[in-house]
Amino acid sequence: MSTERITKKLTFKTFRFNAETDFLPYFKTYEMEVGKDELVLDILNRIKWEFDGSFSYRRSCRHGICGSCSIKVNGKPVLSCKQNVWELVEIFGTDTLLLEPQSKKRVVKDMIIDKKDFWDKHKAVKPWLEAEIDEHPEAEIRVSPEEAEALLEADYCIQCGNCYYACPAVEVNEEFFGPAQFAKAFRFNADVRDTAKRERLETVREMGPGIWDCVKCFECAEACPKDVDPIGKITKLHNQLFEEGLAQDNVATRHAVGFKHSIKKHGLLDEGELVRYSEGNIGVMKHLPEAIAMFKKGKIVMPWNMPKSKNLDEIKTLIKTSSKVKF
Amino acid sequence: MAELKYALYTGCTARESTPELLMSTMAVAKKLGIELILLDEASCCGASHLQDFDDFLSLVLNARNICYAEKQELPMLTICNTCQLNTVMTKERLDSDENLKSQVNEKLAEVGLEYKGTSSVRHFLYAIIDDYGLDKLAEQVVKPLNDFNVAAFYGCHNIRPSHIHHVHNAKVIEKDVGEGGGEQAFDTTELLARYNDNENPYNPTSLDRLIEALQGKSVDYESKNKCCGFHADLQSPKTANRLTGTALLDAIDNDADMMVTPCPLCHLNMDVKQHTVAKEMGRDISLPVLHLPQLIGLALGIDPKELGLKHNVAEVNFV
Ligand code: SF4
Ligand code: SF4
Ligand code: FES
Repeated sequence: MSTERITKKLTFKTFRFNAETDFLPYFKTYEMEVGKDELVLDILNRIKWEFDGSFSYRRSCRHGICGSCSIKVNGKPVLSCKQNVWELVEIFGTDTLLLEPQSKKRVVKDMIIDKKDFWDKHKAVKPWLEAEIDEHPEAEIRVSPEEAEALLEADYCIQCGNCYYACPAVEVNEEFFGPAQFAKAFRFNADVRDTAKRERLETVREMGPGIWDCVKCFECAEACPKDVDPIGKITKLHNQLFEEGLAQDNVATRHAVGFKHSIKKHGLLDEGELVRYSEGNIGVMKHLPEAIAMFKKGKIVMPWNMPKSKNLDEIKTLIKTSSKVKF
Repeated sequence: MAELKYALYTGCTARESTPELLMSTMAVAKKLGIELILLDEASCCGASHLQDFDDFLSLVLNARNICYAEKQELPMLTICNTCQLNTVMTKERLDSDENLKSQVNEKLAEVGLEYKGTSSVRHFLYAIIDDYGLDKLAEQVVKPLNDFNVAAFYGCHNIRPSHIHHVHNAKVIEKDVGEGGGEQAFDTTELLARYNDNENPYNPTSLDRLIEALQGKSVDYESKNKCCGFHADLQSPKTANRLTGTALLDAIDNDADMMVTPCPLCHLNMDVKQHTVAKEMGRDISLPVLHLPQLIGLALGIDPKELGLKHNVAEVNFV
């Protein structure tokens, strides 16, 4: 067997910036031979050790568990200590990889960002267990396997921030709590020992920072190295709001509920009516310019022409017998 | 090649606010000899909103839609990214959870239906690429798009979450290859590569390759795999408008002559809202946005009238 090490010559275009001394960020390019077992963290180390001792990044556990080593490579959020480099070469079909911090606007130095906003929002959803517990309890509180299972994967979050800094809603709306925060709110809401569910739901139901402003892009689910599936947990929080009777009557809740009404009536969605139902008779006026543009182009179906599904009776029956949620 | 036949799930948008999508899909399918049976019994997929309110109901309704494709013994074809994802997600949840499947089937039995899990679900984009074949499509081109820079806008729900799409495809592949997988089962990479809907969400290529097959030039721009914001249009218009605007301007700044998308919801944001979005972004925006079959149809020489180009709000001024 040959002992020759197989390597690929790769180029790393690396984001550099020192908030204390630099006016503008810049890129530095490093070339090296990379073996097929090397991880992104190995590359970060080699840049520091072999090329430039001032290069800065975070890492601690090297076991995919502390969440500190996250960066973006060619736009893909990765845990540096978990992500193989050759795999990235394969995905992107290129020998040049772009190493960037998770969020360029929050950079302190090179790959290191200020995660204050992440932690502040994290804290706002009470990421801890609230329960009245005796100081000297006589017996342990038992959680059955099924009850533990109900947390789904939400417990596995390592707060790396990959989902958060990949979330486009966070990018354009600074108030928005963000996926990791919602996953955490779900994690404690789903815990049978917890008593703060109502409070958390009141926090996450607000328009702006809350769950309704998620654009359902699934970037968070894709970015998570721990398969936490934050968007799945956001859906669960939506469900909890309705189940607990805490959903407020607003454009977002009416939008979700409106689907049921429309499907019951037509099988299909009455798109125009859904907008009116969600926005209310006055709110709907703000969509007038678009409605006129659409009307002119034959994109608006008049109520009397609204198409209906064949066998609508079946759909009506199913809605009647399957739907348990009230609003 | 075997004759291609699908049960077409139109979704709601193609029946209402984007009639041109249905027209152009039918025209392209006819031209390519792909047979489409309309699933007129189908209902709305819930568009990722109904499940926020009533998850179980959303499962039952989507399962019912699949039942009708199963009855025809055909794969279901979708022409909307969100319909595709909702249907596949339903399918994967039912196929992997016997208990859930029987709860859903208990309801379906009330209307004489049973979900079996026998039909696969494919988006038109991937049906064209994988089942019809890009090489064959390229041979049919009579009006090459070679003067045009075309920006591919993928839309979220066809590419994310990738594992759902990949799991579904793995089963389709297994079915194609036969029981046990035979020789080919040993080389899954090659098999997976044959299925373009296994693409990587960080570097999707199918739509770009399709543009090149039509002899257009695909535009390289960062926003191609980003979100248009559609699902927050009503509750968070500022967020939605900024996402739509960023993508449109990114395409424009990279010299796009037009944009193409396989999703009618992305289309609605990108095409209909340009005026509103321009105000939010403080810049003029004017870019033709085509539905995928409209673009294919033009290259195949189909009459623009049949492709419904007059229904596009941003003027398609080059035909
Ligand atoms: S699905 Fe929602 S929370 Fe997740 S990244 Fe997209 S907008 Fe953010
Ligand atoms: S949910 Fe996943 S991606 Fe987000 S912070 Fe937690 S571990 Fe990281
Ligand atoms: S160093 Fe701890 S997760 Fe990578």
